[in-house]
Amino acid sequence: MKKIKYTEITPEKIYIKRRDFIKKLGLSTSSLMIGQNFLNNAYASSNSLEPTEYRYISTYNNYYEFGTRKSDPVEKSQDFKTEPWNIKIDGEVENEINISALEINNMFESEERIYRLRCVEGWSMVIPWLGFSLSKLLDKAKPNNKAKFVEFISVYDPVQMPGQKYPILQWPYREGLRIDEAMHPLTTLVTGLYGKKLPNQNGAPLRLIVPWKYGFKSAKAIVNIKLVEKMPTSSWMRSSPREYGFYSNVNPNVDHPRWSQASERVIGSGILSERIPTQMFNGYGDEVANLYSGMDLKKYF
Amino acid sequence: MIKYFKPFVFILCLWPLGIIILDIYYNNLGAEPVKKIMNHFGEWTLIFICLTLTMSPLKRITNLSFWIKFRRMLGLFVFFYATVHLLTYVGLDYRFDWDPIINDVLKKKYIFIGFSAWLLLIPLAITSSQKMIKILGRNWKNLHRLVYVIAIFGSLHYIWLSKTIFFKPLVYTLIIVVLLALRIKIKKRDVNYG
Ligand code: HEM
Repeated sequence: MKKIKYTEITPEKIYIKRRDFIKKLGLSTSSLMIGQNFLNNAYASSNSLEPTEYRYISTYNNYYEFGTRKSDPVEKSQDFKTEPWNIKIDGEVENEINISALEINNMFESEERIYRLRCVEGWSMVIPWLGFSLSKLLDKAKPNNKAKFVEFISVYDPVQMPGQKYPILQWPYREGLRIDEAMHPLTTLVTGLYGKKLPNQNGAPLRLIVPWKYGFKSAKAIVNIKLVEKMPTSSWMRSSPREYGFYSNVNPNVDHPRWSQASERVIGSGILSERIPTQMFNGYGDEVANLYSGMDLKKYF
Repeated sequence: MIKYFKPFVFILCLWPLGIIILDIYYNNLGAEPVKKIMNHFGEWTLIFICLTLTMSPLKRITNLSFWIKFRRMLGLFVFFYATVHLLTYVGLDYRFDWDPIINDVLKKKYIFIGFSAWLLLIPLAITSSQKMIKILGRNWKNLHRLVYVIAIFGSLHYIWLSKTIFFKPLVYTLIIVVLLALRIKIKKRDVNYG
């Protein structure tokens, strides 16, 4: 039933693409269709890429700029203005770029990318984003050889973002990646969700998604992408360096100091469903593990 | 009058249980129902701790012994909701999968202190009857002062499980600190006060 709703709101082309994608993964569509009642969902495997329902993706958000409750972003972001929106790509680049979100949308074709999202709090969703690899945009800026890291700076606008009136985190929100992480094809600049424009509560107009890292690494409402030589300090590292490291790769073997990361609750799977084991690199180890070969991931958490 | 009042308060104390049953029935618990249930009972445990601790000061302030008559019932509801809270965690969230549970209890300080608080509640629940009060005599009062420790453990549990320190855990901590401070002052004047 939920499936039918999705096809209704999804442009056909994307919908078919999505079906192909699921088929390529070797999952039969019919098995996904029956998996709707909670008993079946109780056995949902961690490899399932069945998207979480839109109503959860769009109402259960951590976006402290709008408040710390999960419902704050959807309730308080509806009048947030995302137009006009300018993004600057600067720092250690040969070709500084000033560009609007609209121009970015026209310049790069967004495709559907269905990724797992694992929150550091211990829950997960599967989200059908629309977006493209960040590397495409960075290539245009031509990082120079001093560019070792990339810093992402989100918007600072306490008038529109009530959460920024409180010093919960250092504002504006900052995140960072190593340059090779940023250039990895899985690292996505997101422009949409479920075949539509990105909702404000999910980080419109432009956000990052780094599917093998905890959700907070994926900055929302980005206004500045800075290529830098030294490792940037993210807002969460600043707030609690013992608990939030620069890498923050999803890792079931490295706990958050205060709670376990070994398993996760699947959003929307119902009251009787079990936790599922968390996967190394959120299940993207085949693609990204080589970025960290030889590194002690307990030390570089 | 107290005769009619007590059953009424008893029913009222079941409200947090009733509300969650309705929410489950109407599928009203949102994206993370298990967490919602767990947090619901955790918060109500803390609220009942605060209510229990309010009875003696109320008796002092109003000069009515009426309040004390509810103290035992409220205290037992603390134990009841703490136990339901614990069972939600052990049974519904972790499906009696003991390895991660034992790991949490031993290694995660917020679980450790919450579990300690629950353990400390057990002797208080067992010795809550009139008969036990008589048997234990003066020791009963000393034993039941454990509730102060439980209250502090409960608020630490809440602070430590919060991702960053937010408003609510601090409000509860403040309320508990005030309720405990009221006792220190009063005790100087009245040694028999419990
Ligand atoms: C006197 C005893 C206890 C009190 C007063 C208490 C209180 C609370 C409170 C206030 C919350 C947070 C509610 C919210 O965020 O809205 C909570 C959450 C929680 N408590 Fe307790 N608790 C107690 C005992 C325990 C015990 C014995 C355990 C398990 C061994 C436990 C495990 C948890 C867990 C797992 C959470 C949810 C954490 C999360 O995922 O957000 N608590 N508790």
